[in-house]
Amino acid sequence: MSESAAGSPLAGPSGHSVSAALHHQFEDIEQQRDAGNFGMWVFLATEMLFFGGVFTGYIMYRSLYYSGFAAGSHGLEVDLGAAMTFVLLASSFTMAMAVHAARAGKRVMLVGLLSSTIILGIAFLAMKFTEYFHKWHEQLVPGLNFHPAVESLRGAPEHTVELFMCFYFFMTGLHALHMIIGIGLLSVMAILAWRGKISREHYNRVEVSGLYWHFVDIIWIYLFPLLYLIGGRYK
Amino acid sequence: MSEKKPSVGTYTMVFVALLILAALTTGIAYINLGELNTVVALAIAALKMCLVGLFFMHLWYSRGLIRIVVLAGFFWLALMVSFVLADVFSRSWIKLPSP
Repeated sequence: MSESAAGSPLAGPSGHSVSAALHHQFEDIEQQRDAGNFGMWVFLATEMLFFGGVFTGYIMYRSLYYSGFAAGSHGLEVDLGAAMTFVLLASSFTMAMAVHAARAGKRVMLVGLLSSTIILGIAFLAMKFTEYFHKWHEQLVPGLNFHPAVESLRGAPEHTVELFMCFYFFMTGLHALHMIIGIGLLSVMAILAWRGKISREHYNRVEVSGLYWHFVDIIWIYLFPLLYLIGGRYK
Repeated sequence: MSEKKPSVGTYTMVFVALLILAALTTGIAYINLGELNTVVALAIAALKMCLVGLFFMHLWYSRGLIRIVVLAGFFWLALMVSFVLADVFSRSWIKLPSP
């Protein structure tokens, strides 16, 4: 650091794309990348606790009112849930490949992979909202429209099924909100990449967006079994 | 500090493994294992999380600092879950005088 010309580190000829991309508070582009990744991971750790609060509530109430949670889980569509899982895993794969392309400086491939990720994300949300629509028709929306058919309660007290549906809508809704933010983030990245603002040296923005996307994927990896699968599907 | 990153082959293998695990967990949900259903479902979810975290999120290749952040996240999460459950499930142990 000390060998670089004294005076304003901001000024100076930004001959290479590296120095143009390098913010003045960092010594080199690697340190800047590390700081970016570190910042995103700290944010994701807070996100773990943010989602963790709902997961804790879910664990607690599931242990207290198991029959209601099992009945509510039976009312969800496993096929649709599994399809959503596959779509989201595929989007995580294209996202990982996008970061790979960004590192290699392959602009067209990067734009293509980011767009694929966005499209898969939108497909996920479309399926999610289809299911919300079905729940509305089955009158399983707590607070707004909750008049479930007696057989769908499977002998559980109605308000415990309602509690499960509260968790269902809150957890998947919070997840969907993160998906929407992620799609917005990736759209910005796709535009930046298209304009050639992402380079082999300066691809950290794509990298941290990818971290966020994978995190949202991991949340769904837990939501799928918790909501759809472990209510006693068999028989 | 330029660390190694996974290859396209690694990403593809991880993706295929994730798809297989997703199919597996869906299939197992229809088999009656009693209490084990929940355990197996969560174990598979944890395995999928590890695959995504280690390879897609590059934790396998990351520096110690990043790993500490992840462990700190899990640590606080474990505190939150265990303290809440310890409270809820120990309430009935002590009989309070009825008002």
